[in-house]
Amino acid sequence: MRTTNGTIAAVPPPMRSGRMRAALRGRGGAVATLPLVGPAVVLLLIWSLVPLAMTLWFSFRRYNLLNPMIHGFAGWNNYRFLFEDPALLSSLIVTVVLVGAVLAITVGLGAVLAAVFETGFPGRGIARVLMISPFFVMPTVSALIWKNLLMNPVNGLFAWILRSVGLPTFDWFASAPLTSIILIVSWEWLPFAFLILMTSLQSLEEEVIEAARLDGAGPVAMFRYIQVPHLGRSISVVVMIETIFLLGIFAEIYVTTAGGPGVATTNLAFLIYQRALLAFNVGSASAAGVISIVLANVVAIFLINTVAKRLDV
Amino acid sequence: MRTWLRWTIAAAFVICSNAMARAETITIATVNNNDMIVMQQLASHWEQQTGNKINWVVLEENVLRQRVTTDIATGGGQFDVMTIGSYEAPIWGKQKWLLPLDDFPASYDYNDIFKSVRDALSSDGHLWAVPFYAESSFLMYRKDLFAKAGLTMPAQPTWAEVEGYAKKLTDRAHQQYGVCLRGKPGWGENMALIDTMVNTFGGRWFNEKWQPQLDTRPWHDAVTFYVNLLRDYGPPGASSNGFNENLALFSTGHCAMWVDATVAAGFVSDPKKSQVVGKVGFAPAPIAKVPNGNHWFWAWALAIPKSSHKAAVAKSFLQWATSQEYIKLVAQTNGWVLVPPGTRKSTYDNPKYIAAAPFAKQVEHAIQTADLDHPTAQPVPYTGIQYVAIPEFQAIGTTVGQLMAAALTGQSTVDQALKQAQSQVKAAMEQAGYTQ
Amino acid sequence: MKPRDKQFHPVAAAVAWLATLVMFFPIFWMVLASFKTETQAIETPPVFIFHPTLQNYHDIFVRADYPLFAWNSVVISLVATAIMLVVAVPASFAMAFYPTKRTRGTLLWMLSTKMLPAVGVLVPIYLIAKDAGLLDSRIALILIYMLSNLPIGVWMLFTFFRETPKAIIEQSRIDGAGVWDSIVHVLLPLGLPGIASTALLSIILCWNEAFWSLNLSAHDAAPLTAFIASFSAPEGLFWAKLSAAATLATVPILLFGWFSQRQLVRGLTFGAVK
Repeated sequence: MRTTNGTIAAVPPPMRSGRMRAALRGRGGAVATLPLVGPAVVLLLIWSLVPLAMTLWFSFRRYNLLNPMIHGFAGWNNYRFLFEDPALLSSLIVTVVLVGAVLAITVGLGAVLAAVFETGFPGRGIARVLMISPFFVMPTVSALIWKNLLMNPVNGLFAWILRSVGLPTFDWFASAPLTSIILIVSWEWLPFAFLILMTSLQSLEEEVIEAARLDGAGPVAMFRYIQVPHLGRSISVVVMIETIFLLGIFAEIYVTTAGGPGVATTNLAFLIYQRALLAFNVGSASAAGVISIVLANVVAIFLINTVAKRLDV
Repeated sequence: MRTWLRWTIAAAFVICSNAMARAETITIATVNNNDMIVMQQLASHWEQQTGNKINWVVLEENVLRQRVTTDIATGGGQFDVMTIGSYEAPIWGKQKWLLPLDDFPASYDYNDIFKSVRDALSSDGHLWAVPFYAESSFLMYRKDLFAKAGLTMPAQPTWAEVEGYAKKLTDRAHQQYGVCLRGKPGWGENMALIDTMVNTFGGRWFNEKWQPQLDTRPWHDAVTFYVNLLRDYGPPGASSNGFNENLALFSTGHCAMWVDATVAAGFVSDPKKSQVVGKVGFAPAPIAKVPNGNHWFWAWALAIPKSSHKAAVAKSFLQWATSQEYIKLVAQTNGWVLVPPGTRKSTYDNPKYIAAAPFAKQVEHAIQTADLDHPTAQPVPYTGIQYVAIPEFQAIGTTVGQLMAAALTGQSTVDQALKQAQSQVKAAMEQAGYTQ
Repeated sequence: MKPRDKQFHPVAAAVAWLATLVMFFPIFWMVLASFKTETQAIETPPVFIFHPTLQNYHDIFVRADYPLFAWNSVVISLVATAIMLVVAVPASFAMAFYPTKRTRGTLLWMLSTKMLPAVGVLVPIYLIAKDAGLLDSRIALILIYMLSNLPIGVWMLFTFFRETPKAIIEQSRIDGAGVWDSIVHVLLPLGLPGIASTALLSIILCWNEAFWSLNLSAHDAAPLTAFIASFSAPEGLFWAKLSAAATLATVPILLFGWFSQRQLVRGLTFGAVK
């Protein structure tokens, strides 16, 4: 029998009634999972159903918070107006582009940096700690710092650097608004991907690496054929969690470009904000919310079928 | 014998505790501008005078607006005093969400408050909020740069003249830009300025039947002029510059001219915050074809939601915070230049204020001449100079603002942007039931 | 496991340090700005050498009740995370070691509860909170955060537990331990690093959550996100003061994260138990 690092309780477990013991133990470990999973499921059920039901209800009503005169059944009007609005399609595109780009950058760079950090170098501990610090800062603050202190074409640090080497300054939020937002969001989320991937790499067995090295694998080949496959499961987790959060990115857009210029940086979450908290048009915002759920489910099904397989679920 | 003694003691106890129980705690939501921060600091005077306590909720403008609107529209009852603007006051007053504030004592002197300010915060014959500060807009310019180029600013500049000056005063190699204007999308950001330009070019948002007019000639002229002016002689990044960004640019010396809120005058004259102190001149906001609506009007005011259970205490605070005595208190503790501007005639009649704030007379003139009921040359069904006082305007204004920013960055042409704006606004007005 | 002598690649070291400095620089710049005056913060050319001042921090402490905000943040984050773990650990235990054909669907469904954007449900939730008398209360925020982070917690714990060999759990059960004993006495010690890292992630998410915290709180329950919102974007120059406020809001969670980072690193080691 193999021993483990953890200690198995030396104290014998308390006696239970024979019937309960049998029920809980069973043969080969059958366990009543319902009472274990139950609380989580019930809580989430209430949490999801009540707002969902209210959102569905409101999406079929005329309900403007600022104008109580407007009330009544709206039929499909809220949805109709939304689909007739050209901003809806562009917001879907912006959402998908934003999520895809940030995922690609954070996972790609995260994996490369994780591999780089795997090699020993002086000050690795400190470097690791500094690398993850962007994740701790509030998104609103990050966006303000990036917009005003770094990216501002007159007063910002980047502009000064460009001027010092004689290049013309670049107007980030006018010429490349979505790219700028992607940059900021990637900066915020890279530490998360990096951390998970780096620690996953640390569990790669010595023997495998040694064997590869003996076979003459250089660092690039090592990365491609040994490290990346090992990272399969953790990449899946990173992708799933990041996707959920990135679909609802809102603060960074609100603070920097307010969805503009035009609708270049209006994603679905911002579109909903415009309807919910500028127009206070709860009916329209609810309809957009329903569309958002549909989109998220589509994305989730796609992800599950490609990614979650690796989780052996 | 013992019984009546017990009753007497009980009665005395009840009377005493009632006297103590008059100390209330009120919750005040306010915006985080300088004048409100000063109010927060000085409120301890009121607290000591009346024995009440205040819980402060201080938030930035957009968050505050969202927060208090959600609360008042759902009857949440979280706040006893709300800081709202001249945009919300008449709308919420009409909905009967606020308590009317016409019953202050004579010592408060309603007539000392500028009529334009009082009107902006009233509807249906009642005053719904008392003004804490008011602002208009005007033109600020660098006297030193003008002198060096041999230019003089006329008493009432036109936009065409402004363009001429901007051309002469732009030196991109040295990060000096002829004119800085708002470009960041938002109903209260770039649209505030663009609305005044549209007004003075002879345009309006809606005709008497509430039909949007964004595809008319004045809009085309105004927006084309704005886009060209800013693109040719403005700073880079103009499409994300709001008030704060332009203030940063102007006070670090990068702008020769800046058309924006009168409250900026105080900032650019503050040696701690500005590098151009003493070099700034002031002129009325430029006009184009007609003089109507060339400068805007905004007031921050204190109001009491109907849901508040502490109306009497709240009213006492409102009276104190917007009174002549408060203004004198600020002058004593922080100096005359920092008193809340734009509300009371007595402030502007005071020679000490004029001495401390050389721009005072221009600000007073701008506020007094701001006519919210006739913001345009042609008749309109709405009030408001740089906004339209309907609930839907926040969303409409921001959508159009985004399209204007797209025109500014060259993502679309002016006509494309206006065409799109027209159809969006038309759809919104139909949905809201103003037009068929 | 004997420590491995890692080979020193100078190129890798240079790349690593370059990336680190680039990533950390904006935060460094922000903290630096907090010690400048407002005009210094936005000056061109950017000011690197200057006479530092504590004025911003002084103004902040005079104006806002930082300890109250910080305490609210701490209480809300820790309590929400604790309750979330109490619910999530048994659930992921069951799904990781005793999966049924419903497990995959359940996991997916849990993740899907996070798909409704908060912005759209503000009014319904606000109305419910108002009717329950929970406006401006820490309890409302704790409940919402707990429910929001529950799916993430379940997912992360599930993946960690999948790495733990089932044999150990089985062994303890054969030895006569009941289900709860297995969880408390066997799983927790083994999976403690994984649980710690899930807890850290949940705490960070609660700490920085800026939608519900602003809309459901007023004064009594206002956490540090409201503190930041009161220094953000007033009329006038504000970046130095905001940097100071942000530094004050970030430092507690940053220190906590850095110190627990050793736990985190060990915790995220998949398959560490061999």
